[in-house]
Amino acid sequence: MPKVIYVSHNGGQQEVDVPVGTTVMAAALKNGIDGIVAECGGVCMCSTCHVFVDDNFFSRLPPATDTEEAVLEISAEERQPNSRLSCQIKVTEDLEGLIVRMPEKQR
Amino acid sequence: MIAAGTVIIGTGLAGFQTAASLRAAGYQEPVTLIGEEPHIPYQRPPLSKGFALGTQDRESIELRPHKFYQDHRINLIANERAVAVETVRRQIRLRSGSPIQYDKLVLAVGASNRLLPVPGAELDGVLYLRSLDEAVFLKQRLASAQNVIVVGGGFVGLELAAVASSFGKSVTVIEALPHLMSRVVAPIISEYFDALHTSKGVKVLCGSSVNEITGARGKVNSVALNDGKERDADLVLVGIGVVPNTDLAQGANLSLSNGIAVNEFLQTQDENIFAIGDCAEHPCTFADARLRLESVQNAADQAQCVAATIIGRRESYRSLPWFWTDQFDIKLQMAGISHGHDRIVTRGSRESKRLSVFYFKGNRLTAVDSVNRPLDHMIGRKLIAAGTAVTPEQAADENFDLKTLGQKTKPI
Repeated sequence: MPKVIYVSHNGGQQEVDVPVGTTVMAAALKNGIDGIVAECGGVCMCSTCHVFVDDNFFSRLPPATDTEEAVLEISAEERQPNSRLSCQIKVTEDLEGLIVRMPEKQR
Repeated sequence: MIAAGTVIIGTGLAGFQTAASLRAAGYQEPVTLIGEEPHIPYQRPPLSKGFALGTQDRESIELRPHKFYQDHRINLIANERAVAVETVRRQIRLRSGSPIQYDKLVLAVGASNRLLPVPGAELDGVLYLRSLDEAVFLKQRLASAQNVIVVGGGFVGLELAAVASSFGKSVTVIEALPHLMSRVVAPIISEYFDALHTSKGVKVLCGSSVNEITGARGKVNSVALNDGKERDADLVLVGIGVVPNTDLAQGANLSLSNGIAVNEFLQTQDENIFAIGDCAEHPCTFADARLRLESVQNAADQAQCVAATIIGRRESYRSLPWFWTDQFDIKLQMAGISHGHDRIVTRGSRESKRLSVFYFKGNRLTAVDSVNRPLDHMIGRKLIAAGTAVTPEQAADENFDLKTLGQKTKPI
């Protein structure tokens, strides 16, 4: 099972084994990662699962859809070039060791 | 008797989020969350969407896993009903008899389905959808149904019609008003969804209603409409709105209107009792009116507002309402409150399948409904929330750069 590393805004790290096909958001909720709120349940209606994806992984992700791009316009913490919604990132074998940093504010 | 602190009645999103936000903000007093359903808190929107379709399972719609409640010292009492609030003693009484003391009480008691008031509505095969158990039952019955009649062309009815149609059922939608979803969207959006459903084989009958449901051996077999015709049916799905659950509040002599009446701090006239989510009617700054809203946004934002007040950072509620519905592969996104508009303009077109409707009241943009134009929706939220000036001419002009205007607008 690929490992995903969640880094909180103050640097604390949590490693989680995530089944392939599960989203980075869903795995966060299931494993008690506090920096992900996921208010809308993963349907691209809110920005409360916003993450900054480590540069080594960002280019390996499928590009964001127009819907995700639009949501990133309203993120509580300003979007960066490596911003994504964690509900839209499905874990694959290729993403072993994926590092995502969580913003201080999700709302 | 259990210790005081905050007692929350209702385990929907509003109740759950109040508990979660209190703990996230460092609240140290006891938090008790009481719900009638036998389940841990779960998301309701997927019940008529992914859960009904089978793309989401029970575990995937849980708001948080079991462990969350222990880890955050949230005393979750499921399968229990609060039967009375005694405001003077600051106690609630449970069906099981025991009293629970509170310092702050949050009524997040939700709403109940409006029942179809026609003969035959009690027959086996007439179903409603509100809870997870009802969704499980509905799914089971849908699997073996052939002819499905959906009563009510609102969000839930249309979402279920889309699901039933995707399973290859013969589906008819009965809507009393002249347009689908007409309480909330402009006719052009209604027409778009009417055409979408029709193109998938759903029969959409607006301006029609059910006179009677008839059956044999206790089971539904047909529905008589107001046009005098009978239609075969082995499943009738009713989605004709809800009524707020006000019994507890009424028993406690709290003010009622279209729901439990609250002020801008979401407090009832007893300052220690709050009401939020589907059950509460609050003053909405974006509508210049008192509203009762049924939505994820409303439940989650009101919960956060109340949690902030309870921990001593009292704040008035002023979050922008937003909504969505998924029907077939189309998402309709709605920002703001369109009710009371005096002008609408469109951006995009039905033909291009990318369409937004901008609603104005005087010079003020009050709402945006979008189909396949997610940026319009998100920018719309920012513009409405901030009260940014945008003219109907600008909104209608695809060459006018809304995105940049949105980026210059302060965050929500």
